[in-house]
Amino acid sequence: MKVGLFVTCLVDLVRPNIGFAALKLLEDAGCTVVVPDSQTCCGQPGYNSGARDIAKVLARKVLAEFRDCDYVVAPSGSCSGQMKVHAVEDLFKGEPEEAEFRSLAAKWFELSDFLVNVLKISAVPNAPAAIGALTYHDSCSGLRELGIKSQPRMLLSAAGATIHEMTDCEKCCGFGGTFSIKLGDISTRMAENKCVNIAASGARVLVGGDLGCLLNIEGRLRRNGDMQTKVYHFAEVMAGMTEA
Amino acid sequence: MQVKSMHFKATSSAKLNDAVLQTALKRAKGKFVDGRAAAVAEIDAWEDIRTHAAALRDRVIANLDAYLIEFEQNAVARGAVVHWAETAEQANAIIVKIAQDNAVKIATKSKSMVSEEIALNDAMEAVGIEVVETDLGEYILQLAHEPPSHIVAPAVHKSKEEVADLFVAAHGRPRLTDIPAMTREAREVLRSKFLGADMGISGANFVIAETGTTLTVTNEGNADLVTTVPRIHCVVTGIEKVIPTLEDFATLIRLLPRSATGQSAANYLTLTTGVKAPDELDGPEQMHVVLIDAGRTKLVGSDMKEMLRCIRCGACMNHCPVYQNVGGHAYGWVYPGPMGSVLTPTYVGIENAGDLPNAATFCGECEVVCPVKIPLPDLMRKWRERQFDQALRPFGERFSISVWNAFATRPALYAASTRIAARVASWWGGKERRITWLPGLDGWTDGRDMPAPAGKTFRELYSARQKLAARHKP
Repeated sequence: MKVGLFVTCLVDLVRPNIGFAALKLLEDAGCTVVVPDSQTCCGQPGYNSGARDIAKVLARKVLAEFRDCDYVVAPSGSCSGQMKVHAVEDLFKGEPEEAEFRSLAAKWFELSDFLVNVLKISAVPNAPAAIGALTYHDSCSGLRELGIKSQPRMLLSAAGATIHEMTDCEKCCGFGGTFSIKLGDISTRMAENKCVNIAASGARVLVGGDLGCLLNIEGRLRRNGDMQTKVYHFAEVMAGMTEA
Repeated sequence: MQVKSMHFKATSSAKLNDAVLQTALKRAKGKFVDGRAAAVAEIDAWEDIRTHAAALRDRVIANLDAYLIEFEQNAVARGAVVHWAETAEQANAIIVKIAQDNAVKIATKSKSMVSEEIALNDAMEAVGIEVVETDLGEYILQLAHEPPSHIVAPAVHKSKEEVADLFVAAHGRPRLTDIPAMTREAREVLRSKFLGADMGISGANFVIAETGTTLTVTNEGNADLVTTVPRIHCVVTGIEKVIPTLEDFATLIRLLPRSATGQSAANYLTLTTGVKAPDELDGPEQMHVVLIDAGRTKLVGSDMKEMLRCIRCGACMNHCPVYQNVGGHAYGWVYPGPMGSVLTPTYVGIENAGDLPNAATFCGECEVVCPVKIPLPDLMRKWRERQFDQALRPFGERFSISVWNAFATRPALYAASTRIAARVASWWGGKERRITWLPGLDGWTDGRDMPAPAGKTFRELYSARQKLAARHKP
């Protein structure tokens, strides 16, 4: 099974460890993983800034890069939503390319969703021995566009994690891509609300499936002087790669 | 209502630090969000009803002219007069003329957001007619000379103490802070207005084509008194409020109070059809229905037509994380939250409301809770597209997106520049591995650190790994 890894621009630039963790999870599960070298961005920043044509150009580029794969996996619900939902339901809807994007969408999966619902894994091979207590932030696109909710929790629990659900775990952290810069004060307040809920959960480890949200929340934790609460991507935890 | 939406960014930042407002917003969030969830859970077929209601509203909007004419015919047959107003000014002129022709001195009013759109109270007061808001929240705001901050709970931003002070100033009675006692005081004061009014002005949640009925949903029963006691009843409503049949109303009323206030049923459904018949004891001698366009037909047949499905429940704002933190006044016009971020640019011009479509993370909660499935994030994004196409956003923003595109579509350039960026930003992060200030990104770094990048891109590291693996291959 040839699986294309869509690394995502944020993981590539900021925390490559997440990409390698995703790679390990897929390879350990028996996938042959390819990582097209020319990949850059799914186009969502342009799309959500109103630059529709730019988003289409980048979507076509992604399509060309992953056309030959049996599956495409991304360690992000947000980029996955862009390709699985917005590319077909909006950008190319009713256009000649729609069918091609539909077939790409059908084989594109967010990482935890792929492990659980395509590979039918109920416990990740080579999962670390003891993950311990954590709290999980549901990122909006993954949750509401793709239904990512039980998948990461199931795999984390199977690996021995104790999940302390925080209040409003499904509430937006305030990232929202360019929103976090355009309306920084509101974005910061939303991140602050998230930090309060994380602290109240009792867990000292936050896990999530989208690096954008994690950077936003971690950035607020650190600004508040909280250097203790660990912030990890789901892939890093499952692959036992939290110490990179 | 005066448009202040152009100040969204500054106003919203100030609202984040308004302690009274923040307390009120937290209280409201608990009530509206949890209440809705519980009420929705009562109905197994919730999703089916939503789907049906969305299709019903779409059918109405696609045939708006036919349903409105059917409504007019049936309303006229029951003795009502139907007026058509293309603009806010026309609507106000019609209503003022009705009042003046009938020597109206006092008009009571039940809650109407359309009347806020057209600033009806100002127009009436300008010719010396006293207008009395009778919805408790609206009454409080009339005393405070403030616009509503929420379409269902207009005074949700006010504390009990602020209301107590307003009542003392207006009523001249001892200061009360017990809510039931305060409510009783308002009822006593309003009673004489209800009985003394020459004209009652109501909005309409729906108008029903097959019967010529206008329909108002309230919890206080004030619409009953507004629509039946005065000799003249005047309904002001947007043209999109029409629905074909009473049966359709039965569908929509399953959605509306549950979505709005978490109630299985609202306390009062006030249906008004025509004037008092010769053998009837109660009811107005004249009934006027003013059907208002004020920008709505611009949406018909457009790529934002779904917005006209809206039944004004307020669930989108109640669940919006931006609204929950800044409240309704920050949005600067009648409709706050996601619905306002679509409607305000339509009705008052995108040049006056440019930040509103951008005041969303696209978290999608509004779309999930909308009882008529309006794709609110998609509609806000359409405004952003128009802003981008017409160069209506700040230069820096458009420039950044274009630069991003130029790099992202050129893989070699992208690889080289991210290689440098990762190193510079990593160095910038210092020993503590966090960036506390980034030029041009102070919107982020004013309130948050940026965790420092690792230093090398995934692309570089992966390419090195592949080379190493190739060398070790037998």
